[in-house]
Amino acid sequence: MKKRALSVVLTAALAATVLAGCGGKTDAPAQEQAASKQEPQESAQPEQEPSGESIDISAAEEGAGEVAITYANFNASGGNEETLQKMYEAFHAANPNITVNIETIGYDDYFTQMQTRVAGGTAPDCYELNIENFAAYANKGVLAELTGIDVSGYNATALSAFQVNGSQYGVPGNFSNVVLIYNKDLFDQAGASYPDDSWTWDDAMAACEKISALGDDIYGIYQPITFNEFFKVAAQYGGSVLNEDRTAFTINSPENLQAAQMMIDKIVVTNVQPTESQMGGMGDWDLFESGRLGMIPTGIWAFGAFTDACDFNWDICVEPGGTKKATHFFSNALVVNKDSDKKEAAAAWINWLASSDEAAKMRIEAGWDLPAISDNSVLSGYLEITPPDNRQAVFDSLNYLAAAPIIEEYSLMADIITDKLSLAAAGELTAEEALNQAQDECSAQIKLQ
Amino acid sequence: MKKKKSVVQAAPFMLPSMLGMVVFSFLPIVISIVISLTNWNGLDKLNGETLKNCMVGSENYSRILQSEEFWNVLWHTVYYIILYIPLVLVMSLLVATVLNRAMRGITVFRVLYYIPVLTSWVAASLIWKWVLSPQYGVVNQLLGYIGITGPNWLTDKVWAMPAVVLASVWKDMGFYGLFLLSGLKAIDVGYYEASRVDGAGKMRQFFSITLPLLTPSLFFCVIMALINAFQLFPQVQIMTEGGPNGATQVMVERIYTYGFKYFKMGYAAAYSWILFVIIFALTLIQMKLQKRWVHYES
Repeated sequence: MKKRALSVVLTAALAATVLAGCGGKTDAPAQEQAASKQEPQESAQPEQEPSGESIDISAAEEGAGEVAITYANFNASGGNEETLQKMYEAFHAANPNITVNIETIGYDDYFTQMQTRVAGGTAPDCYELNIENFAAYANKGVLAELTGIDVSGYNATALSAFQVNGSQYGVPGNFSNVVLIYNKDLFDQAGASYPDDSWTWDDAMAACEKISALGDDIYGIYQPITFNEFFKVAAQYGGSVLNEDRTAFTINSPENLQAAQMMIDKIVVTNVQPTESQMGGMGDWDLFESGRLGMIPTGIWAFGAFTDACDFNWDICVEPGGTKKATHFFSNALVVNKDSDKKEAAAAWINWLASSDEAAKMRIEAGWDLPAISDNSVLSGYLEITPPDNRQAVFDSLNYLAAAPIIEEYSLMADIITDKLSLAAAGELTAEEALNQAQDECSAQIKLQ
Repeated sequence: MKKKKSVVQAAPFMLPSMLGMVVFSFLPIVISIVISLTNWNGLDKLNGETLKNCMVGSENYSRILQSEEFWNVLWHTVYYIILYIPLVLVMSLLVATVLNRAMRGITVFRVLYYIPVLTSWVAASLIWKWVLSPQYGVVNQLLGYIGITGPNWLTDKVWAMPAVVLASVWKDMGFYGLFLLSGLKAIDVGYYEASRVDGAGKMRQFFSITLPLLTPSLFFCVIMALINAFQLFPQVQIMTEGGPNGATQVMVERIYTYGFKYFKMGYAAAYSWILFVIIFALTLIQMKLQKRWVHYES
């Protein structure tokens, strides 16, 4: 009896080994090759695209006849599938000749799948891309240029984020920005005055010191040490990681050094921001929610979580600046596939989805995120929800938006700079060494056009 | 003659799975060699024309072998192996020996030790991340009771890799333990009886009978563990994301990052072929060396 039970388990184990063994030798190549099975058919026809890659959106409405297009996205997954469907129904009512097949794919699988489909020639007519992937796709020429867009409807900075060499390759499909969220109770206890929109980092640091003095495990601020954070703070000191015409890196410029020094010093010198080991694997939002953090510059998508989890008073204001203000925003691009034969219809749909009042209203009602539009009256409903009381700061922050420096090898640049800054935050490099090394490595590994 | 006939008869039955193998394994393998000789970006349409236009010869290989990064990630993997293989073998041998006892309800324990093997790495990594949390984790609390201040495990450059090893050993020891258990079961009880008559103690029996007769199973486990170790990825990706400061970056992670994040598919393909050559060479060496220490009972 015992023997039989054992043999059953063993058989199962053996089967698993055989599978694991097979996978062992072929896994890595097989994964990359998932796309390759189309190869034979594709190579049969010499692929030379006519230069009709750009689409005039203004002409789109006139397109007659029934068309069915495919739209892939990740942003609606996990809660907003129905909102997107409702938006489509409204669009279809106004444009009965255009049918859209919506594919909503989870974020984790989205980009490997999209890469495979683009390489295999089976990409959807239009789809969504985050900023890192947009940079790569647009520069590698797989997206159609969008011309003749009615730009008045869009937030200008968000729109300009998706231009490459002066050409528009995407429209901002959604929008979130970053504000300074602060714990009012901690400010009261420390006897510090609340931050306001006029604050610079010097004011913030003074408040941080007072708050940190409240206790050993209480900290003034948490600002992630990442490329994302760095390019914004650099902009606050008048710096940038690229020169004006984006032909060379300027990572170790004096302005950038000032920015990096501020970010690093508050960890390794004054320690008003916890080090990685002081965080001990805790998330930054958790630290704020536990009431042990004075300030956190973070996205407006934190409002819901903080409303639920914080048993203290908190509010927001525009993030402090250096020599000037600069704020973050996050936006995903909606793009059209260069090889699609229904570009007009695809462009009409994404333009409607991103900028029409109807879609914008549905987006706000569902609490999804903000539409990247310039008409603030549509956004008024958003202002009425509290906390935070000072929700107006979300819109005030829009006046200082800093766009990400989009280059073809954005991800590589971001990783190099993040790595070097993390080393500085761990006390292994000075801020200056970190920037010098990042400058050298980026210049050596990345060719700028 | 007879042999030929049986092949003809077998062919129709083998065709479906052969077709699958050719399309999904052999063809991709061949194409990946070609891709490794190009700087294909993973987005341009994959066809002969594209590949011909971005042919760069052996440049990817020479660049990888000359890069500091490659030797770093190789060292991380070797370091992992040095810690992991002895530990996992000792632990699974221990598991196997314990589970080999004739005891009431031992099958329950056999199942219990096998459960981690069946758990997905994603779930296991998340749990370990929590268990190893410096302030709130179980491990450091237990260490605290005996007066040791536990390290910051996953965020400490020195301890991050040992932490990954710890989690891997926990997850894998049931798997290898089961093979060793079947090896133990196969040892003839007669040897033990005879040696007892000759006056051998438990220790002597273990080192002179059990261990030598278990070497075929151990050999198999070493090869499997080595191959798996080189393909180390999910636990690292979830527990440390290659950090802190790249201290746990390993090869498969690099392949993924180059292929799908930096859009350097040619470079990634070359990386995976180098990985293949390393694994293949090591397995060959072990096959040769086995004559020296593996005893097949005949």
